[in-house]
Amino acid sequence: MTTNHSAVRAVLTMVVIATFCAILIAATHHWTADQIAANEQARLEQSLVPALAGLDFDGSVSGSLMVLQPPHDLPGDDAAEIYRVYADGEPAAALIAVTARGGFSGPIRILVGVHYDGTVTGVRILEHQETPGLGDKIESKRSRWVFQFDERSLADPTMESWAIRADGGDFDQITGASVTPRAVIKAIRDTLIYFNVARDELFAAPVAEANE
Amino acid sequence: MSANVAQRLKSGLWQDNPGLVQLLGLPPLLAVTTSFVNGLGLGLATLTVLVLSNVMASATRGWLAADVRVPAYVLIIASLVTCIELIFKAWFPALDNSLGIFIPLIVANGAIIARAETFASHNNLADSIIDGVVMGLGFAMALMALGFFRELFGQAQILGDLDSLFRHIQFDGIQIADQGFLLLVLPPGAFITLALAIAAKKALDRRKKRRA
Repeated sequence: MTTNHSAVRAVLTMVVIATFCAILIAATHHWTADQIAANEQARLEQSLVPALAGLDFDGSVSGSLMVLQPPHDLPGDDAAEIYRVYADGEPAAALIAVTARGGFSGPIRILVGVHYDGTVTGVRILEHQETPGLGDKIESKRSRWVFQFDERSLADPTMESWAIRADGGDFDQITGASVTPRAVIKAIRDTLIYFNVARDELFAAPVAEANE
Repeated sequence: MSANVAQRLKSGLWQDNPGLVQLLGLPPLLAVTTSFVNGLGLGLATLTVLVLSNVMASATRGWLAADVRVPAYVLIIASLVTCIELIFKAWFPALDNSLGIFIPLIVANGAIIARAETFASHNNLADSIIDGVVMGLGFAMALMALGFFRELFGQAQILGDLDSLFRHIQFDGIQIADQGFLLLVLPPGAFITLALAIAAKKALDRRKKRRA
């Protein structure tokens, strides 16, 4: 009888505590949800806009998302995200997020901004696991390395020169890390090749559902 | 009373420091201390959870039966950590980003359940709050010290990325040299630094004893 009693009491105690905890979490969620959603939107926009290097554009960039599921002709074997950027209603540029394989430690997510005419507006690294202090110099906040692609295109330098200098190419390397820059440069080049071919098709696709 | 508080403070910060002496909560201690601001952020989050869980453990001590105490504490701590995580996501998104999984993992920090079970469950509210504060401070200080050291020697930088915690501070840290001793920011460096910190503490203690 007493064991029964203490078991009931234990269950009741846990129910009371669980209810209290559920209310606590629900209240905090309610109180923070809007701010968190706003932060995520702002973070997305903030991660995209720098790759446009100050280009003027209409509205917000993140609304024009188009997702290409693999297989596609872009680098990497996972989904590629393409944001189309318009200025005064005309196609101005595209931001293409692709995954570079062949990094030193795992995939590198890269955002390539391309003018409508095929020159690079800017490149930013979105995610990577490269070695701190070496390969992480590809981040725009750690070194100027990634800025050397601004205003370059497949004609400047020529296709074969899209490589680091050590490989006979035209781009700076990073001391102590050559695998990382190779992977990044190849991904940028392949993205430009894709864009030159698919440009008109990309901008012809409607800017639909993604816009709320 | 004040002598008592001073004594307790000394215990939490030095004699029984949760990080350096009790060796509790090592995973976050080792993993996030790549910079001072990371240590400070996780330290503050852990301190908050520790104080709140001590408050709850102390407040329920009259009617919480011994056999459901541990599951009840697990539930309470998990809820508190979820709330803290939401708050970080809403108001310190940059820090949330760099601490990543280690905010939810505060749940697994042994220091928290240990203090709730061994101290707060049979002490009054005021004492439990003081205990939470001093133990939390001790843990936070260990995190900050390790973070400061690893950032200084590993990245040759002092107080970098402070704006991820204090949004209005425009201070990018002081870069002392081009490159630090890289090993210290990598995982082995965490163990080496912790070992050095423990050794330094023991050496100081011994010297003090010899003088006395």
